[in-house]
Amino acid sequence: MSNSSLVCSVDSGQMPKKLYAVAAEFANPTALYEAAEKVRDHGFRWWDCYTPYAIHGLDKAMGLKKSWVPILTLIGGIHGLVIGFLLITITSVYVYPIDTQGKPYFSLPAFVPILDLLTIMLAAIFTLKGIIVLSWLPRLHHPLWEWDLFTRATHDKFFVVIEAKDPRFDEKNTATLLQEIGGTNLTFIGEEE
Amino acid sequence: MSYFTPSTVPADPLNRHESLEIARARQELIREPLVNNERSAAWVGDHIASVVENPTPLWWYIAVSIAGGVASLAGICILYLITTGVGVWGENKAANWAWDITNFVFWIGIGHAGTMIAAILYLTRQRWASGINRAAEAMTIFAVMCAGVFPAVHVGRVWMAWYMAPIPNGNAIWPNFRSPLLWDVFAVNTYLGASIMFWYVGLIPDAAAMRDRIKNKILKYVYAIICLGWRGSARQWSNYESGYLMLAGIATLLVITTCTVVSSDFSTSVIPGWHGTIFIPYFGVGAIYGGFCMLIILLVPIRQYYKLQDIVTLRHIDLCCRYTLLMGLFVTYIYGMEFFIAYYSGSPNERFTFTDRIFGPYWFTWDLMMIFNCVIPQLFWSKKVRRCPWLAFTIVLFPSIGMWLERYVIIVSSIHRDFLPSSWGMFYPTYIDVLTFTGTFGIFFLMYLLFIRFLPVIAIAEVRSVLPEANPHQPPVVVDSNAGGTHE
Repeated sequence: MSNSSLVCSVDSGQMPKKLYAVAAEFANPTALYEAAEKVRDHGFRWWDCYTPYAIHGLDKAMGLKKSWVPILTLIGGIHGLVIGFLLITITSVYVYPIDTQGKPYFSLPAFVPILDLLTIMLAAIFTLKGIIVLSWLPRLHHPLWEWDLFTRATHDKFFVVIEAKDPRFDEKNTATLLQEIGGTNLTFIGEEE
Repeated sequence: MSYFTPSTVPADPLNRHESLEIARARQELIREPLVNNERSAAWVGDHIASVVENPTPLWWYIAVSIAGGVASLAGICILYLITTGVGVWGENKAANWAWDITNFVFWIGIGHAGTMIAAILYLTRQRWASGINRAAEAMTIFAVMCAGVFPAVHVGRVWMAWYMAPIPNGNAIWPNFRSPLLWDVFAVNTYLGASIMFWYVGLIPDAAAMRDRIKNKILKYVYAIICLGWRGSARQWSNYESGYLMLAGIATLLVITTCTVVSSDFSTSVIPGWHGTIFIPYFGVGAIYGGFCMLIILLVPIRQYYKLQDIVTLRHIDLCCRYTLLMGLFVTYIYGMEFFIAYYSGSPNERFTFTDRIFGPYWFTWDLMMIFNCVIPQLFWSKKVRRCPWLAFTIVLFPSIGMWLERYVIIVSSIHRDFLPSSWGMFYPTYIDVLTFTGTFGIFFLMYLLFIRFLPVIAIAEVRSVLPEANPHQPPVVVDSNAGGTHE
């Protein structure tokens, strides 16, 4: 729901009490991509692009570093392998040795399938957790959701949002910058005090 | 009219500097679009979401009642089995594995194709798969759930099944990690878990899209929880994309591991007909074969009824049919190779088992299997057949049955006559066998109907990202209307 004290159009001259960010809409992925490159070149750090689908190469245009999720996948995989190895070895060799077909108690080739499966399981769990946690989710509320137009960020609109906590942020100049690089519907987004 | 990218084909295919032949050749190179009729990203979202948003059609209630009724058969039969004992099935001392494991391998196989489409085709950059991967992954999850029913209840004393889990218990007993049957427990559970995670990650952006558009307050709340507060920021997409790639890699590994483990249930034993190294690829391609058939069975009515022909295009059906044909040829090769190896091994038991498959009491299952799996899919060599969805639908019903028969042939015809003629016997299914298996179809279709009704049946964000307009570097160029193959 739009909240008039939290969301103000830049043209209206009003301003929320506590500013979260200034947001602008862009027409299509190409415009957004070019705008992102320019915002990046201005040296902003606390800003983001909002798109309904992943746009190829946008992370480079924004100057984002590579995601950490694959590292977490690796950590999860190693966890699975080590935990699996300890579980199988301790139970099959020391705690409850079973003589099957005269095989040695420590019969690594026969352990491989379960080691493999546990590696996969923990790698998958860590990947899922990585995607969620590194994206700062789950989140029950966000200042941008006060803005009616923002519901279309998951449908057909593209937005650039520069947050007020960025050291280079300046109410007037940042809004002007977004307008110069092709942004429309410029809006100040406030947050609860 | 179609879109294409200027880097591969010039904007003017009938360039006057080129001869007509070259121009024609270029036109043939233009790929069919992934989404027909130049649909926009907004249209894709509206159209897929309308399946969920529109009022529930009457047929859905009817279909759910039927599927629910059939599913309850499985519930009743399983209850009867647990309270009475596995003797209610037709298994006996000769054939101590029969329909239970046949059904298990059948269902788990159907699951494999879903992962294959969603993961392996994603890794190999087959972008057309974005149109069908959600439906395929849902199929995987529901099929694995149906598969899980059988090994869980076939153990006899179901209440002791928790002994298979590696947890400390009062008797200080631990499972035997060298046993393929325990590998199976791990494989099925990991497969189910990882498939759900893979499916869920794909669902997050679409649930957010549904949250932002749906009017129903309860559903809005539910989608808001499912999507975890997704906003679609580029930082989130960056994590999402790399995580999805990781999960695709993991799922690919898992498909191979799971079909290896399921085939090891058989191939690590010394039963003639089972004890073969070919079983791992055999189960892999067999699984994908059966899964593609089931996917075509699911997709053809859905695209027809919900008018999704622009997203699940004739090209998608065509490609699924081609995969079906390819897997059918693999399976045919393996059938032949099994017979050759049985002959070439010189083992009289091995030779007897394979002769028994053709001329023994189960000859009709073998004959039907060969006709359904090897002969009928050859119709897919014709492009006209592949591009006629309801014909394809009818054709794949046969290999679907054929793949069930294949598992039946492998299991029952291998063990009903073993080394000692004094212990030979026959297997006859009881009505409980039949009703339990029928019931799992009810479970599967019930889950699928619920999925169609409440979740976007096609991955909205992924289909959007393969549209020409999604490419920031190459703005779409509209070309000559004759270019770009056939359309509906």
